[in-house]
Amino acid sequence: MARRVGIEVSVAIAEAAKLANVDVIAAYPITPQTHIVEHLARLVADGELDAQYIPVESEHSAMSACLGASAAGARAFTATAGQGLELMHEVLYVASSMQLPLVMTVANRALSAPLSVWGDHSDAMAVRDTGWIQIFTENGQEVVDNVLCAFRIAEDHRVLLPVMIHLDGFHLTHMIEPVLLPEQSEVDQFIPPYRYPLPLDPDKPVTMGAFAPPIIYPEAKKAQQVHITRAKEVVLECWREFGDIFGRYYSPVENYHSEEAKVLLLTMGSFSETARATIDKMREEGKDVGLISLRLWRPFPFEEIRQAVKNAEVLIVLDRALSFGGPAGPVCSEVRSALYNEEEKPKVISFVGGLGGRDISVAGFEEVINRGIEISQTGSEQEFEMFGVRE
Amino acid sequence: MEKYAVYVPRLVPRRENFAPGHRACIGCGEALAVRLACKALGQNVIIVTATGCIEIISSQLPWTSWRVPWIHTLFENTAAVASGIEAGLKAMIRKGRRPAKDIKVVAMAGDGGTSDIGVQALSGALERGHNFLYLCFDNEAYMNTGIQRSSATPYGASTTTAPAGKESIGQTTWKKNMPAIAAAHDIPYVATACPSYPFDLVEKVARGAMVSGPAYIHIFSVCPTGWRCPPDLTIRIGRLAVETGIFPLYEVEDGKYKLSFDFPQLRPVQDYLRLQGRFRHLSPDIISEIQSRVTEEYEKLRQNVVRTGEPNEQSSF
Repeated sequence: MARRVGIEVSVAIAEAAKLANVDVIAAYPITPQTHIVEHLARLVADGELDAQYIPVESEHSAMSACLGASAAGARAFTATAGQGLELMHEVLYVASSMQLPLVMTVANRALSAPLSVWGDHSDAMAVRDTGWIQIFTENGQEVVDNVLCAFRIAEDHRVLLPVMIHLDGFHLTHMIEPVLLPEQSEVDQFIPPYRYPLPLDPDKPVTMGAFAPPIIYPEAKKAQQVHITRAKEVVLECWREFGDIFGRYYSPVENYHSEEAKVLLLTMGSFSETARATIDKMREEGKDVGLISLRLWRPFPFEEIRQAVKNAEVLIVLDRALSFGGPAGPVCSEVRSALYNEEEKPKVISFVGGLGGRDISVAGFEEVINRGIEISQTGSEQEFEMFGVRE
Repeated sequence: MEKYAVYVPRLVPRRENFAPGHRACIGCGEALAVRLACKALGQNVIIVTATGCIEIISSQLPWTSWRVPWIHTLFENTAAVASGIEAGLKAMIRKGRRPAKDIKVVAMAGDGGTSDIGVQALSGALERGHNFLYLCFDNEAYMNTGIQRSSATPYGASTTTAPAGKESIGQTTWKKNMPAIAAAHDIPYVATACPSYPFDLVEKVARGAMVSGPAYIHIFSVCPTGWRCPPDLTIRIGRLAVETGIFPLYEVEDGKYKLSFDFPQLRPVQDYLRLQGRFRHLSPDIISEIQSRVTEEYEKLRQNVVRTGEPNEQSSF
């Protein structure tokens, strides 16, 4: 039976990595991720987790060490945030392109300058093209469950891709929440031992990371694109099986009163929980509103998004990241382009808010929705509006 | 240490783990050094290579020159990747997921990948004490991208980003002392080597691979393309670098310095400089400046040998 504990979400993540019996952890401190790797270090120091802990000198080396460990056939884990994820950037491409199935939790954090240790999705959006599977989470339980799923998805021989589990810095990392931690035996059954097909091994020498001239590079990239698109099936299969065993089911897009509602709000991460309270309040007042929460960011769930919004007239997307000088928030741009060729589609209104840890309250989401409805009728002079910013 | 030179020619394995047919320039000192190093390392290794000449000449898809497990990921992270492999092997052996075999992890990078862009990852890996051997193949500039200066480029050399001109002698800084930086990490083994002294190189790489903990070997790799010298002079120029004291061969074992070859009288640096187009523009003033610096540095090295108290075993060369 699972243990129900009151636990800081970061600590729960470390416990999940322990349940997954990771072999190598390479980590560098960065707020708001530090509690995850601190607790892992504690577990290793106390002999509760049999793993090599590499206290590297940078995030670039953290990801690089994970590449090496994974290529040698070990199960590798790391965590980072904000600037750390940016420093890893080029290494992320290598992990996915060389099909090294690492798992990393990202405590979403704003990017400098000005320096901000607080949460938003700028870091996550900046790495959306790196070829990783990216899953956003709303609460502690979801993070723990998805960290476990991440190992299984990543290491599935039909996938062999790295997975990022995103959770909002501070809004989620530093919360103490009730979490069900599964039994070791249950996890052992759910995540089979890691068997990398062709690890670095003197008995069977392989060359990894050879370079590609123009005659072969595009083929390699197309293969990668086809591969990550197909990985969605395995993600869905994993979530189904996880649900059958543990009783908690996950889907790429979470719908909340969205089937019948004419006005939909789309959010990602921990803000979705607050937005749900807003939807409850507004529905009680007789307003026809619903929420969709996007969980699977890469590979992008085109079908599920189209399905979720097909009856809506207005879709309001709240991004927690900017694309400077660009069309809208990055999530909104992608959702809009996923819907563009549809015959029946809602008007898509873009808001950017909650940057650098700025909170959006229940009343705030109500304001966003009402302003969104207004823009859908009257239009706006701007491509998108920034919510809650003093001018 | 055993006198390998006496019998090594017969003991050096015939097997080429760095296969022939690679794409190095003719006369490449680095390819020669890698070949010899691979002979010293044998089969039980995993090699991690940085982006650079060695990677480019040996790994164009769909071919490979490597008969041992080999990985390349990026330019500056070679030591970090090596630490991950070493840690991964350790964990898996301990957990019974891999046979308890003694596999040496060997990192290879050029001078740019080592003393410039990769110095942070290297310092981290040395400081953390991973059991790995790091080989720096120093051809004294970014040769793969077209002879740009690095911090390992010697004073007065002309490169494409520090060219000699009316107002410049070319490189205006002295070569970064990378072996000293490695030794400052108090690691068990640091050495310098050059393929012009093949048995010494084989012996040092074998020694470095045997050490438990981090080992660093800085290998002087003559580059005829970048140094503007005839490709048939590779071996000779390497020997002259040693005989002039420009690149002395030595070891630092547990902090104790030992000169591999000492010369009662160093040859004048001009013997070395005059064979290379990259130094052709140097005036007698600059050459004498280089001469004093080389003499001074060599003396410092000798003092290190005396200071650390190891009786000097001189070779018969």
